[in-house]
Amino acid sequence: MAGSELATDASSAPDTVKILIAGGFGVGKTTMVGSVSEIAPLRTEEPLTMAGLGVDDLDGIEEKRATTVALDFGRITISRELVLYLFGTPGQQRFWFMWNDLALGALGAVVLVDVRRPRASFAAIDFFERRGIPFVVGVNGFHGEHPYPAEEIKEALAVPEHVRVLLCDARDRESCRDVLIALIDQLIASAVQA
Amino acid sequence: MDVGDTAGRLVRPFTLTRGRTRPSRADFTLISTVTAVDPPPARAARCQPEHTRILRLCAEPVAVAELAARLDLPVSVIVILLCDLLEAGRITVRPPRPVSRIAPDLDLLQKVRDGLGRL
Repeated sequence: MAGSELATDASSAPDTVKILIAGGFGVGKTTMVGSVSEIAPLRTEEPLTMAGLGVDDLDGIEEKRATTVALDFGRITISRELVLYLFGTPGQQRFWFMWNDLALGALGAVVLVDVRRPRASFAAIDFFERRGIPFVVGVNGFHGEHPYPAEEIKEALAVPEHVRVLLCDARDRESCRDVLIALIDQLIASAVQA
Repeated sequence: MDVGDTAGRLVRPFTLTRGRTRPSRADFTLISTVTAVDPPPARAARCQPEHTRILRLCAEPVAVAELAARLDLPVSVIVILLCDLLEAGRITVRPPRPVSRIAPDLDLLQKVRDGLGRL
């Protein structure tokens, strides 16, 4: 179909980049998005068949529409020319096929870990590690409490040395901002090294 | 291309796209920004209500994901409608800033960092 070259670019529109907020089900991803976003987190609902298989085959879509996967996201305007989007990845493992699409073109990811059940985020760490997508780990405390030091958790998670592990509170704006900054610092550090 | 369908009150999402399932959607990612062309082209056809709603929302640049959320439609449906508008010359689309793992854009990273620091 013609059209893809018709009218790309709009000089007044800002550049956009994205960071993923990942982790197991219920670790506080949407909370974190909401804490730093300048807008209340937005949600899109995708019919699952569409999200998984593309839109080419819609046979029986009416029957399958009941299953949707929600995607929560927020926005941070960096400047007039640059806007950062934060996407909370769907936590349930059965929705992980979506992560590939989401990860495409992302600067990197924050893997949130619930301090009470770190296992819930093991698979998320695997996902980014295997694909070589840069990430930091944010350890979300329970009511902001942190019984273990970051170093101990880092050891337990067995993440590579260069991956930063930070204690955080997903409800706290500055805490979440610092996790994002740590990710960017890590990206800058590995860019300088390369 | 005919975008002047008058039958199109919102029913089910895929009736909005009149059953089309193979849009040219390469240009539309979740964070591609869409801006209405102002003024609209001289021979602009009448739009479906959903096209009009999109045009209203993207008078200022807005990301595809935001359009979907604000119109409460799946991204996949929004993208099909955006394809119509793009082909009719009613919108422009700006793809996201490309991200390279091999040659990271230090200038971009520094800008993001500075912006986060101001939060």
